[in-house]
Amino acid sequence: MMKKRWISLFVENDIGVLARISGLFSGKSYNLDSLTVGRTEDRTVSRMTISLTGDDMTFEQVKKQLARCVEVIKVVDFTDAAIHRKEIMFIKIQNCTEADMTELFRIAGVYQVKIAGYSPSSVLLESVRTEEENDELAHLLEHRFTNRMEIVRGGSVAVESVRT
Amino acid sequence: MISGAELFVKALKAEHVDTIFAYPGGQAIDLFDALYGEKSIHVILPRHEQGLVHAADGYARSTKKTGVCLVTSGPGATNLVTGIATANYDSVPLVCFTGQVPVGLIGNDAFQEVDIVGITRSICKYAVTVRRREELGSIIKKAFYIAHTGKPGVVVVDLPKDIQQENGSGIYPVPIELRGCKPNVSVHMGQIKKAVGLLNQSEKPVFLVGGGVLISGAEREMTRLAEMTNIPVVTTIMGKGALPSSHPLYVGNLGIHGCYAANFAVSSCDLLFSIGTRFNDRITGKIGDFAKNASIVHIDIDSASISRNIAVDVPIVSDAKEAILALLEKACPLCTKEWLRTIDGWKREHPLAAERPGLTPQRIIQSINRIFDRAIIATDVGQNQLWATQFLELGEGRKMLTSGGLGTMGYGFPAAIGAKAGNPDMDVIVISGDGGFQMNVQEMATAVAYELPVIICIFNNGYLGNVRQWQEMFFDRHYSSTCIQRRKSCPLPCNSPGENCPDYIPDFIKLAGSYGAAGIRVTAEEEIDKALLSAKRNKKGPTVIEFIIGREENVLPIVPPGNRLSDMILERKG
Repeated sequence: MMKKRWISLFVENDIGVLARISGLFSGKSYNLDSLTVGRTEDRTVSRMTISLTGDDMTFEQVKKQLARCVEVIKVVDFTDAAIHRKEIMFIKIQNCTEADMTELFRIAGVYQVKIAGYSPSSVLLESVRTEEENDELAHLLEHRFTNRMEIVRGGSVAVESVRT
Repeated sequence: MISGAELFVKALKAEHVDTIFAYPGGQAIDLFDALYGEKSIHVILPRHEQGLVHAADGYARSTKKTGVCLVTSGPGATNLVTGIATANYDSVPLVCFTGQVPVGLIGNDAFQEVDIVGITRSICKYAVTVRRREELGSIIKKAFYIAHTGKPGVVVVDLPKDIQQENGSGIYPVPIELRGCKPNVSVHMGQIKKAVGLLNQSEKPVFLVGGGVLISGAEREMTRLAEMTNIPVVTTIMGKGALPSSHPLYVGNLGIHGCYAANFAVSSCDLLFSIGTRFNDRITGKIGDFAKNASIVHIDIDSASISRNIAVDVPIVSDAKEAILALLEKACPLCTKEWLRTIDGWKREHPLAAERPGLTPQRIIQSINRIFDRAIIATDVGQNQLWATQFLELGEGRKMLTSGGLGTMGYGFPAAIGAKAGNPDMDVIVISGDGGFQMNVQEMATAVAYELPVIICIFNNGYLGNVRQWQEMFFDRHYSSTCIQRRKSCPLPCNSPGENCPDYIPDFIKLAGSYGAAGIRVTAEEEIDKALLSAKRNKKGPTVIEFIIGREENVLPIVPPGNRLSDMILERKG
């Protein structure tokens, strides 16, 4: 079944490891929606959060192919796990009228988005939410501010939820 | 305190490396200096880095040791690429050391600088540049460990010149930690029991044996398992020889050039028990119809090989030998008499090829079988390889080296040089075509210089025969760019070889002579044995035997592209 999948990947914090992992996806024609990487509490280990859309068989292959890389320490399938997941997204909107401004402040309030920067005619929004919620917000704004906005997205990072 | 280059030599000795294949250059000169006069490491200088890496590959496959390559940066390194892919695809353990520009110059587009780690990333098991002298020992240790552990493969170690020169610790071996390289060694007994359960229920079981069985050195155990259970054995090209070809339970090779009985056995079986193979497209034919009525057990050391091409009922991730040993404990004899009789019927009805008189590939290979009891036979790629895999009798005494995964033309001859260097007491034979032999013909000098009496059998048909056969069968005889006898004066197009064809170039006998090697041209069936015996007696250097075979000789049977395995063309039309 085609669906969205999540992997948390523990890798050696070495030169070339990101290329090895991203190269695996391109070389084997695996779809890749997003990939983020950063160092962990252990300086020698990096952790990647990878999302892709694929069927069960392909996803099994992806996990196995990742696991057989010498540089990969651990592959954790987050797809159906209880996880805490967020993505940072910046949206800069320019040439705003006063009405636009009012509207943007209202949207920021409703969506709990931070106003990270502000000038008389432009606004910088900072949204730290799930990828899907960011999609929704981007979609809403694109409609209203076509050709006036700039979007930068960081890709998702995820961690297992704290068990209560 | 010793230099990086000295530590390199110390590490090779500690890893019990007795032979390396090496071609010097500016960024490797310090390493060669450290090897100068070194008595315990035999340094072989081939004539091209591609020949070098195939030789190291042939050495590794035939000795089961790790092959070692040493080349310079830039073109020295890029010339290894095809050989690295060839070896890695067939799970051959190699460690390839490449010289590199000094660390400070990396990225500056320095003279003879390439990012060999980046270039080889997708075709090797692991690739790394040594960036600090203190890491050199642990990186070399890791390289050898990774190359031969689990599913073997190629490791590239890129050594910048300043690391080679810098003084530092001389400690080797150093303890290493490899969090990401922990192969499965033990067998899951629950899965083995499930597999045995399927075996006991089956009436028409088949063992499908791949190269993994040979890599794990489980030939004897495999033979015992087949005999104990009375189950017929079908092999892939890479698995041929896991059970002696003459064994009554051996059916033959499977696949698009497999034998009729093997393809029918797999198509009709109710249990396909496969060990150490990855269900490559060359063996499955039309995938939807592959072993359609069978439950499938799949044992492989690489979990990524399982359930990739074929859905499997019982997956077992394990080293082939460990799994076979476990099966020997749990499995019991089956009554397969009727099934074996059916398969024997297929074998008799359609033997591999009808015996024909004349100088045919089959006759030549049968003579090789008869004359050489203990031999390593390296094949090239194409028709020569397919005939060899069909007709060679393999087993205890005779082993075959072939590029199965990548299918690299030019592999056979240099691989044989490496095999001979590692097995001086064995006869080493190359079965090559006139096309493939020319791809690494420069290695004649290596064979002569190191007095390696390799016997080179060239099946000369003046064509790139395998592609020509496809053109004949599936492209209306459009012999497009496959005639290598063709000259400027030939008509365009041409698909009818005949008496007016120009002379073949080069003259292989004169070529052999110019290298100081023996050369024999064989044009008739009666001359085959005499030529082979004469080559066998020549212990001084290589012998080229050029067999002038029929120009349009085909490899049959063949499963046309897209067909299921049982839809084979058995004989030539018309």
